Amino acid sequence: MKETAMFTRDQLKEAMKEAVIKFHPFKMLSNPVMFTVEVGSMIMLIITLLSGISAHKADVGILGPFGFNLAVTIILIATVYFANFAEAIAEAKGKAQANSLRQSREDTPAKVLNKDGSITITSSALLKKGDVFVCSAGDPIPMDGEIIEGLATVDESAITGESAPVIRQSGGDKSSVTGGTKVLSDKIKVLVTVVQGQTFLDKMIALVEGADRKKTPNEIALLILLSGFTIMFILVTLTLYFFASYAHTNIYIASYLALFVCLIPTTIGGLLSAIGIAGMNRALKSNVIAKSGKAVETTGDVDTILLDKTGTITIGNRKATNFYPVNNVDKDYLVRRSVLSSMIDDTPEGKSIIELSGMDPLTFKVDNPRFIKFTAESKSSGVDYTDADGKQISIRKGAFDAMRKICMLAGNDFPPKLEEYVNLIASNGGTPLVVAENQKALGVIELQDIIKPGIQDRFLRLRNMGVRTVMVTGDNPLTAKYIATKAGVDDYIAEAKPEDKLAYIKKEQMGGKLVAMMGDGTNDAPALAQADIGVAMNNGTQAAKEAANMVDLDNDPTKLIEIIEVGKQLLMTRGALTTFSISNDVAKYFAIVPALFLATVPSLATLNIMHLHSASTAILSAVIFNALIIPALIPLALKGVTYRPIGAVELLRRNFLIYGIGGIIVPFIGIKLIDMILTYFI
Amino acid sequence: MNSELFGVIVTFLVSVALAIPLGKYMANVYSGKKTFLDFLFNGIENFFYKLSGINAQEALSWRQNLYAFLVLNLVWFIYGFVVLNFQTSLPLNPDHIAPDALSPIAAFNTTISFLANCNIQNYTGTTQLTYFSQIFVLSFFQFVTSAAGLAIGVLIFKSVVNRSTNNLGNFYYYFVRSCTRILFPICLVVAILLMWQGVPMTFKDHGTIKTLEGVVQTVARGPVAGFLAIKQIGVNGGGWFGPNSAHPFENPTYFTNTIELISIFLIPMAFVFAFGFFVNQKKFAAMIFGVMTFGTLLLLVPSLFFESKGNTSIDKKIGVAQVHGSTEGVETRFGALSTSFWAITTTAVSNGSENGAIDSLHPITITSALLAMMINALFGGAGVGFMYYYMFIIISIFVAGLMVGRSPEFMGKKIEAKEMKIAVIVILLHPLLILVPTALTTFVYSLNTDAYQHAWFINHGYHTFTEILYAYSSSTANNGSAMGGVNYGLDYWNMTTAIVILLSRYIPIIGAVAVAGSLATKKYIPTSAGTLAVDSATFSVIVFSIMVIVAALSFFPALVLGPFAEFFTCH
Repeated sequence: MKETAMFTRDQLKEAMKEAVIKFHPFKMLSNPVMFTVEVGSMIMLIITLLSGISAHKADVGILGPFGFNLAVTIILIATVYFANFAEAIAEAKGKAQANSLRQSREDTPAKVLNKDGSITITSSALLKKGDVFVCSAGDPIPMDGEIIEGLATVDESAITGESAPVIRQSGGDKSSVTGGTKVLSDKIKVLVTVVQGQTFLDKMIALVEGADRKKTPNEIALLILLSGFTIMFILVTLTLYFFASYAHTNIYIASYLALFVCLIPTTIGGLLSAIGIAGMNRALKSNVIAKSGKAVETTGDVDTILLDKTGTITIGNRKATNFYPVNNVDKDYLVRRSVLSSMIDDTPEGKSIIELSGMDPLTFKVDNPRFIKFTAESKSSGVDYTDADGKQISIRKGAFDAMRKICMLAGNDFPPKLEEYVNLIASNGGTPLVVAENQKALGVIELQDIIKPGIQDRFLRLRNMGVRTVMVTGDNPLTAKYIATKAGVDDYIAEAKPEDKLAYIKKEQMGGKLVAMMGDGTNDAPALAQADIGVAMNNGTQAAKEAANMVDLDNDPTKLIEIIEVGKQLLMTRGALTTFSISNDVAKYFAIVPALFLATVPSLATLNIMHLHSASTAILSAVIFNALIIPALIPLALKGVTYRPIGAVELLRRNFLIYGIGGIIVPFIGIKLIDMILTYFI
Repeated sequence: MNSELFGVIVTFLVSVALAIPLGKYMANVYSGKKTFLDFLFNGIENFFYKLSGINAQEALSWRQNLYAFLVLNLVWFIYGFVVLNFQTSLPLNPDHIAPDALSPIAAFNTTISFLANCNIQNYTGTTQLTYFSQIFVLSFFQFVTSAAGLAIGVLIFKSVVNRSTNNLGNFYYYFVRSCTRILFPICLVVAILLMWQGVPMTFKDHGTIKTLEGVVQTVARGPVAGFLAIKQIGVNGGGWFGPNSAHPFENPTYFTNTIELISIFLIPMAFVFAFGFFVNQKKFAAMIFGVMTFGTLLLLVPSLFFESKGNTSIDKKIGVAQVHGSTEGVETRFGALSTSFWAITTTAVSNGSENGAIDSLHPITITSALLAMMINALFGGAGVGFMYYYMFIIISIFVAGLMVGRSPEFMGKKIEAKEMKIAVIVILLHPLLILVPTALTTFVYSLNTDAYQHAWFINHGYHTFTEILYAYSSSTANNGSAMGGVNYGLDYWNMTTAIVILLSRYIPIIGAVAVAGSLATKKYIPTSAGTLAVDSATFSVIVFSIMVIVAALSFFPALVLGPFAEFFTCH
């Protein structure tokens, strides 16, 4: 999903239209701050009409002059419009992002398998939950579902952007397929598991479009604060009427409303929902589907994250890193034998041995090869063959215990040097594989976990954010500890069973911590559900996806780090704009209040520290600034305030300086500039 | 002038020096640690607990604690109102106060005002109250309402310490200990010092003297020294005599003036330190103290500056330079600076006693005094000043917490919609109770300007507007000081101020205790590198900014029409 501009022309057009529709009072009610502005602008509309009718009178009273009223009315309506527009443009952006994801899966032909075994071709849009469809090589998968029969390689690049095909098969943890992906080989039968329009993507689109959007608890608390300010300024404005009458000062209704609208936090009030939607959009942009806005927000608070070692901290699987011959065996000889034993071993470990050797096993001359597969009982694998001299050769490689048994049983001794190597490798966090030819030990292959490049930096960044990382692995404690130290995680769970994850999460939560985890398998589902933030991989099982609050389309286990930043940004943007909005009031007070009393208390001109031209330009400048600051801040609301893991106090100081102190200074400059421009035209 | 300034600085420093150890002692008293007065009071307290059937060791929820506070207040109200109405039928009336000297409405106002620790005095003690009323209602209230306020504050302390529990401690326990181990011993010392300096302490009726002109004058007196000690120590401010601490018997020397000033500061200052010791957050307490002191200084410095200049118009128009500063309404034994220092002290700390005429002060000093009451959290009242600050913390932590990208939390407890709602109501109530009655009064005034001008006010224009604003600010802040120039004894003023005092005492306390209760039940979230440290200077700056922008700025238009208009018109 590429994006160059902040928004496209189409989005702009759509948002401009939507912003008008949003004037509907019922829609406005959900935002009390902007609702009061809308009520204010309606009152101004009436006042403008009345003042227009009685324009001939010499004494305008509190009705005020027509031109001034008209100007204030237009600015107030513009204020509401800008706020609506901010929300609409955020929605439009979200829709565009969601649609481009959705497009890939729309209207593909589906081969529905009927009860009698015949196949009907229908549109994917007509698939229902419980239908079974068939996909052969070359077919696009029309809908999310679960493979009930067969195995296939699938190209998921449309969703994940990852070009390497993946294997999907019935049963187990790799049984789910996503609509919009494509079968490359073989044939599968898929059961539709979701209702049309209720896929995760559909849910997300609904969230973004606003129909389903619920306010998050944090948003509600903020709205309470903003409503409090609004009520306070209603009070300030209303009581001012009585104070003014005491001081025999005539203040126009338009001026009261202008003062009121300027003082209430319209900036944050107008941008609040745009900020929330933009947060969802940012999550979606990093290819994460959140099931609720609350989930995104909560990630910002995560204290502890559980990460699987394999694939997250280390690259896929172990890799061979060294050969150690014993008993005066030539190293090259050991390498050749190791390669032979791994000829058709398609495990990543086996492949890595060949890779390390740099040899091509196909050039080896072997007759009547019989390959022995790895089993849980034998804990070894290998090959039996006849060599060029016609000798029967049997090569095995496997775990230390199993191989020692094989050698000892055959009456061969097991060299102590080999045991030394095995211990050395284990203490370095590696896994030793013993290689033997005809029950005689040749040496050891060292397999090592390769820690992903750059992962240490990411963990450091997390630590600076105050997030603890916990590595979950099936390895023994020794290996686990070694990798944990090397990768820089804070804690680890070794020899982990699925219930260990659950127990760890519960323990952390008892201590008041917020825990996030990623998972894919069905046995991860309870832990995903227990965690405050559960992120399921898109290629995970349906059960895992149901239990999680988010689904990562990229199947990238480090994605959590990105989402945490999205969550933090969301909260920070709210805080920063609230601070900015409140700080703005200082300048607005100094612009409007002296202007109101200029006629009756001329000495108050001293308070006109901006030296604004006249009472009416002062008031107009303040409301114009108040209206214009909303669209000016839309890019910030959509992009979010940048998060830096520099520690909370430092971050606060920074944001307070920019948005607090900046919020005091900017309107002084802005209002003065607008006043100068107005003066030029009047 | 320099020695006057020196006096101001020394007084402040001595207050701080005394407040720190006192804070530690108070924390020990509240947490039930051994203190040196245990031998004396343990037995007495237990006797009263047994008698009343109260188990002071029982852990109570916030509702139960609040219930205890409210019921106790109701009982006190009935008692006070009845006694004041029938005071002449009771003993100790040596000055033969007439039965109709205090109207029922005035009695109502006085009861409410002393019950709320406000002590606005719309009566004159020496001509309208018997010694019995002064001692057994007013002085009694000065003790117990101050102790009750402190106990409420300690409930808030408990909410910070306690985790995942309903338990907020025991109101009775904190209340009784505040009376016996904190207020009583300090008052004893202060009263003896005051007596030594010549403050009367007698049950005899008024004396008479023959003046130089040969006129026989009556001189009111009474058991003043004891009354005076708790008036200042308990952050009450209601004096024995009408002119309060400007009266020579209530504040005879510069030395008593200093003792009384220190007494005003002592408890609210010590309470902040007590918080630090109690919750073991000394740095945070120091930061709170820093903000309160900074705020007070910000109000004090311009006041001292303008008072030291005197009324420049006099100099300009008739050429009389005022080398001693502004001396109108100032007692010469204290001087201009000490008077303005007192005015700021008595309003920053919600005390309300006066050692000069606030009405005569410079508009800037009056603005400062008004702002102190409008914020009401710069030291503030006994226990309740800290409570208001706590509400500001809740609001600030919400805004600041968001800015660091975490759901806001205070001391490991999440601030959510519920706490926000209550904090906003409490903070909002303050401008509401000041602005609405002020607006109402200007409206009533406008209905029949001539009649009300004559009946209510001595002055007119901006100054009168300031007086109205001051009256309701003082009532709302439960301060009790008054600007004068207004005929407060009238039913309108008695009723409106009583209602304002009532609402502004109980609603914030109910709200704050509810927030405390809610936070105590919350799960504790351990701190991490991402948690905002509330004891940082940055956070303190934000609390201060929120106080200024939220509390002070909402009064900007009113201040502009009152003291600012007066100031700019004169200059």
